[in-house]
This record gives sequence, structure tokens and C-alpha cells, in this order.
Amino acid sequence: MSSPETYRQGPNVIELDGLRRTYRAKGRSVVAVDGVSLSVRAGEVFGVVGRSGAGKSTLLRCVNLLERPDEGSVTVDGVELTALGGARLRAARQRTGMVHQHFALLSSRTAAGNVAFALEVMGVPRAERARRVAELLDLVGLTDRADAYPAQLSGGQKQRVGIARALAGRPKVLLSDEATSALDPETTRSILGLLRDLNQRLGLTILLITHEMDVVKRLCDSVAVMRDGRVTEAGPVTELIARPGSELAAELFPLGPPPALPDTTVVDVTVTGSGSSFVADLARRFDLDVQIVNGTVEQLAGGRAGRLRLALPGDADRTAPAVAHLRAAGLTVEVPA
Amino acid sequence: MIADDLVELLWQGLRETAYMVGVASLLAAVGGLLVGVALVLTGPGGLLPARPVNALLGLVVNIGRSLPFIILLVAIIPFTRAVVGTTIGTTAAIVPLTVSAIPFYARIVETALREVDRDVIAAAHAMGANRRQIVGKVLLREARPGLVAGLTLTVVALIGYSAMAGVIGGGGLGDLALRYGYQRFENDIMIATVVLLVAFVQLVQMVGDVITRRLAHR
Repeated sequence: MSSPETYRQGPNVIELDGLRRTYRAKGRSVVAVDGVSLSVRAGEVFGVVGRSGAGKSTLLRCVNLLERPDEGSVTVDGVELTALGGARLRAARQRTGMVHQHFALLSSRTAAGNVAFALEVMGVPRAERARRVAELLDLVGLTDRADAYPAQLSGGQKQRVGIARALAGRPKVLLSDEATSALDPETTRSILGLLRDLNQRLGLTILLITHEMDVVKRLCDSVAVMRDGRVTEAGPVTELIARPGSELAAELFPLGPPPALPDTTVVDVTVTGSGSSFVADLARRFDLDVQIVNGTVEQLAGGRAGRLRLALPGDADRTAPAVAHLRAAGLTVEVPA
Repeated sequence: MIADDLVELLWQGLRETAYMVGVASLLAAVGGLLVGVALVLTGPGGLLPARPVNALLGLVVNIGRSLPFIILLVAIIPFTRAVVGTTIGTTAAIVPLTVSAIPFYARIVETALREVDRDVIAAAHAMGANRRQIVGKVLLREARPGLVAGLTLTVVALIGYSAMAGVIGGGGLGDLALRYGYQRFENDIMIATVVLLVAFVQLVQMVGDVITRRLAHR
């Protein structure tokens, strides 16, 4: 088995090109997705974030053509889905898994029955079905609840069934529509852990949408931020938050309004990669009493990252050399408004 | 009236009612399911949207639903003759009973199918299910509790309608109550038929409830 790193180097497994999707609502046309192009590399976890109404749900539903885009093309694993219809589109969907916010399980079937349903749809013969169901339930750690109906399962267990079902067709790609939004924090962590595990063990590419920044922190290698149907920024998480003015950085590591300190320069420093001793360095080189106002640095799925707000004594002129030094060292330094 | 005759009368009435209601229910179940599924499939947002077909089907169903049974009974006499070759008797009564029950049950089926979680249907699409699989394995299967509860409702309604079958010589318990109890003031027959009808309805409802509960995994 190859290492996860090999997968991350992989070619693009999802290509969205110029997607546009318009709705008619009360005689007005509303643009839900407005010219979105994205590439997801094989083996990465790619998150689309944004407020509700930003169009991320519609975008995800366009990827397996639950909604057909008005314009643009969708290519998954080398197959242009937007060129398909009927049986060939259904066959392509069978090779793409999807998990849903509210689980979307058949209430009339047991956990095993729900997984079996996906296999029935694919025409897997009965004898093989039983074996695959057991395998899939084992994969998500739910073997002992195989005969329970959804109503008897907890939210986390239901989502595990949903994930097992989504993996029935041995997909390369898993689409996740707010998979943890209906779960409590602890269950969310266990489901995110499961998704991470599947991503690494199976080399499964995951495209997810979420409004929870915790999901981005724990799971995503790359992120696209959506606003009003458009992607405003996209890229690997650590790269993205190092960009000055990054919306993602502000969402992941909010620093709040800057304090009004007399004769002090307040700067926000974005830290990525392995820790550097820049605070001590500043103090030594420029003889500054650097104060850390607030901030966080965490280990994210996409690498170590964070933001710190520093208070440097003196006005902007006096602290300019220190700021220049930080920038020269490759750090992103912003002066909060 | 001798007790043996009374028992014989009631037994015959019960058999006639059971026969009329039984056959009509079976036919209405099949017909109602077909029409109900068609209504959902062709309806807005359905799997085979076809507005004209849906509108026509809806109109036919509404006409069937708006005619009082006693009027339908006589209005379709030519149709009844064409189907069963006679216009009087118990078998003849099955035709109007079925004709009135199909649209009744079809609307119930439609409602039950529409209540199936849209997310689950979307999930089935995402899994690559085709229309036949979605109708059979998702819509009808998920709606089973509602379909059975609705069928119970239909059977009970048919028991009520079957009381009017006497108009075309259909017999049955209702007819017995009208002819002996009402027209001849034989109160014992009236009371006996009422008791039997109540027991019959009670039994149907109980069986329906048990099955519905077994199918619902809530």
C-alpha cells in the first residue's frame, strides 16, 4: 500500500469548469452557482466553505448531477458527467459516494439493509451482497448494529451507515453534504476521524461542504471559500491562510476587533508550517517588549497554522523595521483595521 | 321470527358484505396503487413529470371522489353490465364499490408517497438508482405504513358504502338492516346487524393497525 503522500501528489480527480446554475423562484431567476471552476486532486480532502445561501450545497449537487448545471462541465475520474444521461450517468453515480446531512437512510430497512440497498441498485448478486455488507459495516465499525433500524440508532451510528452505504460502489470520490452538521461535537469528532481514516487507508478523495470551521481544521487539505455563488479564494489550507486578507484565515482564527493601545502598534501575524521563534527574535534584535494580545496556533489536517496578534511598543514609524523583518522572514503580517 | 332464521339471515348478510367488500378492496388496492403512483410520477417534481397527464388523472379522480356513492351506483349501471354481465346482485355491486374506492385510495396513496423523505429519494438518485428501483424500493417500501393505514380506511369506507348495495339487490348486512330493521320495524334484526357491522369494522381496523405498527420502524 502506498503512503498517503502519494495520493496527495495525484492528478485531478474532480474537475469543475465554469459551472453555473440558475433557479427560477417567484418569477425571478436566482444564480446559485455563478461560474465556479475547481480542481480536486486525487487523495485530498477538499472543503467548500461559506455561509448558508452561498451556493455550496448546489455546487455539491452539481458534482454528481443531482442538479444539472446550466453551463459548464463536471469531470469525475476522467469521465465528463455533464455529457452523460440515463443509464451511463447512473453507472457513474454508482462509482461516486455521497453522504448527507440528515443521513437519508431508508427507515424501513435495517443498517445492513440500507447498505444492501446500494448494492442492489448496482445489481450485485445476493450472495456477494451479504459478504460486502458485512465488510462495509466492519469498515465503519458498526458490525454489532447490523440488524438495528435507523430509528434505533444514534446520529453518529446513522451517519456511519450512511458512509458505509456511500462506499458500496468502491468509489474514488466521496461527496459529503454537511455530514456532521446534525451531530454533537463529540460525535462530529468521531465521524471526522472516520473520514480522515478512510481518506488515508483507501486513498479516498473527499469533497465536502461545511459551515463548521472545525471540519476544515480537522479534515481539509484544501479549501474553497464561496460567497454569493462564486469562489472567492481556493487552495491548500496553509497556503490560503498565509495570503494577506484571506477570508479563511479570519474565519479559522478570528482575532476580533483590535485593542486601542496608546503608543503601540498592533499587528496580526499568520503562522504556518513548523514553529518559528519570531517573537523572541523580535525582542532580541529590536529590543522590543513584544506582547502577545491573543491568538492560536494549532495542528491542522493541512499542517500547523495559526494567527497571533502582537502589540509592539511605539508608533508605526518606530516599529516599521521590526514589521519589515517579519515580512522578510516569510510571515504574513497585517495591521488590523 | 325464529332464532334459526335470524342467524341464517345474519350469516348470509355477513357473507355478502365480506364478499363485496373483500373483492372491491382487493381491486381498489391494486387500482389505487397504480393511479396513486401515476399521480406522483407525473406530478410536479415527480420522476416522470407530465402536466397534462397529471391534470387529466387528477380530474378523473376528483370526479370519482365527488359523486355520492348512491348516485355513482346507478349512474354506472351500463358500465356494470358491460363488466359483469348483470346489473343486479352482489357481484354487480362490486363494480360501483370498486369504482368509488379506487380514486379514494389513489389520493391516499398519493399523499403517503409524497410524504417519503425527499432526502432519501435524492440519496437513491445519488446512488444511481433508476426509476423502477426508486418507485419499488424507496417510495412504495418507505410508504408502507401509510399505504396499509390508508387501505384500512378504504376498507372501512367500503363497508359503509356496501350498505347501499341493496338498491341494486346486492344484499349484505346494511341491506338487511334497511329492509328488516327499518322498513319492517324488526328491531332485533336492526340491533344485530349494527352489532355485526361494528364488530366487522373493529376487526378490520385492528388488523390494519397491527400491520401498520409492524411496518413502521419509528
